[in-house]
Amino acid sequence: MGGLNIWGIFLAPLLSFFIIALVIRPFAKPYQWISPYILISALGVSFILSVKLLADTVLGDGGNYISTYTWLVINESAVIDIGAFIDPLSSITLVVVVLVSLLVQIYSIGYMHGDKSYSRYFSFMALFTASMIGLVLSSNIVQLYAFWELVGLSSYLLIGFWNERPAAAAAAKKAFIITRIGDVGFLIAILLLVKFSFNSSPNINVFHIPDICTIGTPGVIISGTLMTLITLGIVSGAMGKSAQFPFHTWLPDAMEGPTPVSALVHSATMVAAGVFLLGRLYPFISNSQTTMLVIAAVGAFTAVFAATMGLVVNDIKRVLAYSSISQLGYMVAAIGLGGFAPAIFHLITHAFFKALLFLGSGSVNHATGTFDMRQMGGLRKVMPWTYTLMGIGCISLIGLPPLSGFWSKDEIILTAWEKMLHGSSFYLMILIALGAGIILTAFYTWRMFNMTFLGDNRAAFEDKNNDGHDTSQIHESPAVMVAPMVVLAIPAIFIGFFVNPMIDVIIPAHWLNEFLMSSVLFHGSGHHALEFNIFVAIGSTCLGISGIVIGIMYSKKTKNVSVEPLEKMGPVYELLSNKYYLDTLYEDVIVKNLLQKRLVSITAIFDKYIVDGISGVVGFTVKNIGYVAGLAQNGNIQFYTFVITLGGVAGLIILLVYTPGLGG
Amino acid sequence: MIDFPGLLSLIIWLPVIAAILLFIFPIKDQNIRLIVLAVTVIDALLALMIFVVFDRQAPFGSFQWTDKLMWIDTSLLQSQYYVGIDGLSAPMVLLTSILGVCAVIASWNIKTRVREYFIWLLILQTAILGVFTSLDLLLFFVFWELELIPMFMLISGWGSGRKDYSSMKFLIFTILGGAFILVGILMTFFTADPHTLDITLLLSNAGGNLIQLGFYGASFVYLCFFLGFAIKLPVWPLHTWLPDAHTDAPTAASIILAGVMLKMGGYGLIRINVSLFPLQTVAYSYAIVLLGVISVLYGAIMTLKQTDLKRLIAYSSVSHMGLVLIGIGSFSSSGLTGASMQLFTHGTITGLLFLCVGIIYDKSHTRSIPELGGLFVKMPLVAVAFTIGGLASLGLPALSGFVAEILVFSGAFINFPVMTVLSVLGIILAAGYILWMIERILFGSIKPAVQYVSDASILEAIPIAILLVLIVGLGIYPSLLIDVLDQAILPIITNFGGN
Repeated sequence: MGGLNIWGIFLAPLLSFFIIALVIRPFAKPYQWISPYILISALGVSFILSVKLLADTVLGDGGNYISTYTWLVINESAVIDIGAFIDPLSSITLVVVVLVSLLVQIYSIGYMHGDKSYSRYFSFMALFTASMIGLVLSSNIVQLYAFWELVGLSSYLLIGFWNERPAAAAAAKKAFIITRIGDVGFLIAILLLVKFSFNSSPNINVFHIPDICTIGTPGVIISGTLMTLITLGIVSGAMGKSAQFPFHTWLPDAMEGPTPVSALVHSATMVAAGVFLLGRLYPFISNSQTTMLVIAAVGAFTAVFAATMGLVVNDIKRVLAYSSISQLGYMVAAIGLGGFAPAIFHLITHAFFKALLFLGSGSVNHATGTFDMRQMGGLRKVMPWTYTLMGIGCISLIGLPPLSGFWSKDEIILTAWEKMLHGSSFYLMILIALGAGIILTAFYTWRMFNMTFLGDNRAAFEDKNNDGHDTSQIHESPAVMVAPMVVLAIPAIFIGFFVNPMIDVIIPAHWLNEFLMSSVLFHGSGHHALEFNIFVAIGSTCLGISGIVIGIMYSKKTKNVSVEPLEKMGPVYELLSNKYYLDTLYEDVIVKNLLQKRLVSITAIFDKYIVDGISGVVGFTVKNIGYVAGLAQNGNIQFYTFVITLGGVAGLIILLVYTPGLGG
Repeated sequence: MIDFPGLLSLIIWLPVIAAILLFIFPIKDQNIRLIVLAVTVIDALLALMIFVVFDRQAPFGSFQWTDKLMWIDTSLLQSQYYVGIDGLSAPMVLLTSILGVCAVIASWNIKTRVREYFIWLLILQTAILGVFTSLDLLLFFVFWELELIPMFMLISGWGSGRKDYSSMKFLIFTILGGAFILVGILMTFFTADPHTLDITLLLSNAGGNLIQLGFYGASFVYLCFFLGFAIKLPVWPLHTWLPDAHTDAPTAASIILAGVMLKMGGYGLIRINVSLFPLQTVAYSYAIVLLGVISVLYGAIMTLKQTDLKRLIAYSSVSHMGLVLIGIGSFSSSGLTGASMQLFTHGTITGLLFLCVGIIYDKSHTRSIPELGGLFVKMPLVAVAFTIGGLASLGLPALSGFVAEILVFSGAFINFPVMTVLSVLGIILAAGYILWMIERILFGSIKPAVQYVSDASILEAIPIAILLVLIVGLGIYPSLLIDVLDQAILPIITNFGGN
């Protein structure tokens, strides 16, 4: 497949960004309704090209590399080439990214209808999609880092889209800064690669991703410490982007952005970039045992930790945000357990069902004008489409068979299970955490679904004293919003079984696993898929069902759902609803108190007294010369000549003293 | 190689010629602006031309577009009028002339003593161009000192706030630095055998062949030059003149000050300290990098608490110039390339930021961050430009600041891993102060002070657009600049066995 066909996937949305941002927005404001159509047609082109690319990769030999130009040369073994690397992982991720983006843009036509910055929205979305595609295509780690930061920028712009709201502006900044803290690790990893380039064999380029994946093999020897440090740096970047503990705090706040943004950027694609990065460099990262343990621990801990916070929030989007963090935890854990293919499999299914859930929550918001689930309830009657579609998304998220979420999550649990059988008690703990996560997931998912759609509508009661939110006004969202959700529901139901069936159907068994493992990066050494284990499958299903049952029991006990069932748990509830006080720690203790008050005041005092004190002579002279200048009118110039002469004389004296030959 | 004697001198002297004509002929204020704009535009176009045709393959030590004239010829001292450019100075000449145009447009609303103002601005332009092109140490020094007077006049005459204090502080700090430089120059001259002020001659014999001083003697000269340039750059703890001068200077002076004048310090360090005294640079690299790291972090932390927009950008400049020092101290090709690239990119980025602040100040009459807010609605064009400038300043990839940063970091990391990691932390702080500033002045609700402001005019949009093109263009295709820099930088390193 030619270079232009591949770059076309990236260039089409980029071009639409320029058209919308530089032509329509400044010069054709009355025609801004056309913006989404420009972007959607560009994404249509990208979609066709990316499907063709996937087909070619399936039929091809597992990968190829297309170079364009050299961006920068650090040294002969550290060259930053801009290029595209196509292998099973990138080609399949591209299809997912482009498809979800396409559907979200169609949905946005309805959701963003009437917004005064309609074209700004679509220009940012175009920028995001282009950057995300660039990230997936990158063949060079610095190029990937560049797009990595650019998706971060688009995320910043989109979270802060309604920036006249202080909360949105603050959330945008928070997202950028916290992910950037993780990115410092990524940048240091790149610097360590430069360091490695000085003693590596000259025939590899330490920035070229296929070359990185050979580091640590017998051909390219690296010290264990250096490898651990590099991989940990990369993991730190991935943790920031994929909102893993302790960097997770930005993602719930990112819900301040428009809901389609949350669906595309903050659940389906950008936050999964961390997992993509770990998958992209998997052959390299998996060389370091320490790093793999860290990844597994971080992922498993986050999976449970985020789910617990999801139990108590009343904002439907924040429930989904915590759910995203938790599900990303599963993917990260899978990578750490050696389950590269299961992680990517879950990334794909999650992209579809979580995008569906977010779009559903947007649809609910479109109808009710709120994200607060305490104001909802009973929406199944008025919004049958959204109700059904979100139901599908919920079941997929909980992971009940035969929906997509079940198959991918099952593979992760299975990987953990196999590890546990052959490994230490560490893996048992991972398995327990992942299992507990399933119960929690089922609980919060049920709670969200129950509070939103079941029972009676509570908005009427809440608003009785005000002039009212009449339930009769609530209606199903327009077709332009429902249709993309219907399309997303199809993969949310079927893709799990069909791309990775447990037995040969039409598609060979474990097709996705085998396909991903056929990448050239694995040099044929990739391990094969684990056999389907019916006991693990039944076990994980039971955990999911038990979570729902607990949820039903709780909601039965408390007739009025707006009273939080977990509130009776006192301090635990306090802890959870305060997000474990991490925001307080980060923002109040570290930033406000330590950085802005203490550190800044120390440097300020230093500046004022010590530094200006060192130049106290200067300060003194400033006063007096100002005085002299006042007296002598043209004193500045005189003083100036005076100092120069003084300097000259001083120089000559030093010279004479210093060089005997000259002093004579 | 295309050569056209006198062209470089024309670029240097054209502003002063215009200034003299303005001084002699009585011209209306309105026409003065147009004439000065025309002069600076011609200057910039000529500078662009010599940048484009610059021979990137020329050997090291070779200077292009040279003009040479015997100037002072006494038995004690021989000095030439000798100008020329190489890969290090060509970008600086281009930067100076482009920011010269920006400064003129930023001065459009100057109402008082217009003629005098523009005369000083033009003299300033010549002085700075002279510094970047001089190939004779005494000539270099003359230009270096010449730049003081117009800048002092601009701050004290057309500034705001504590302008007398600030301009005097600027003057004294710089004169102090100048005195050190003069000592360095004289010692170099008298100890060189044969006595010479010719930089090209000294360069071709660098490494101590010409300067008969021994290691410690040369170290003393090195220190003199270093102090002089460090004050200009500025390096912590000699930076305190900078925030004051910036804050109280008129917009155009701030643009020149941050955009090109600080770069004279970095340029001097590379041209003289690194090139003439490589042994000392290697020997003291640890201290240089340490000072750089302190400047980066200290500047960034100070930036966080600023509430005056200009002061904020001034402190961020301290932080960014720290990177130049780290690159220089690394004594590696990527570090030095990064440092010299940072000189150029920081010039364009800060130039853009000050231009935007100038427009905001012009229309809202305040630079105080708490009084601003919601500018995205009121001034979309300025807000977008300001955001892109801010993002470039925090090192966003695809914008030029990132290229310089990654070059400096990868150059310094080999020998100074811990200090480099510390300075990398600066990028978090940079993200913090830039985004916080954007949040406070561009986002949020519209504050009373900006209730009635309008967006930038077409005239004001032109320099913004030029700088944006430079920032984005170099971010995407850095070779445009790096090819030129390499002509001067790579040989410095290979000659002295660095990496």
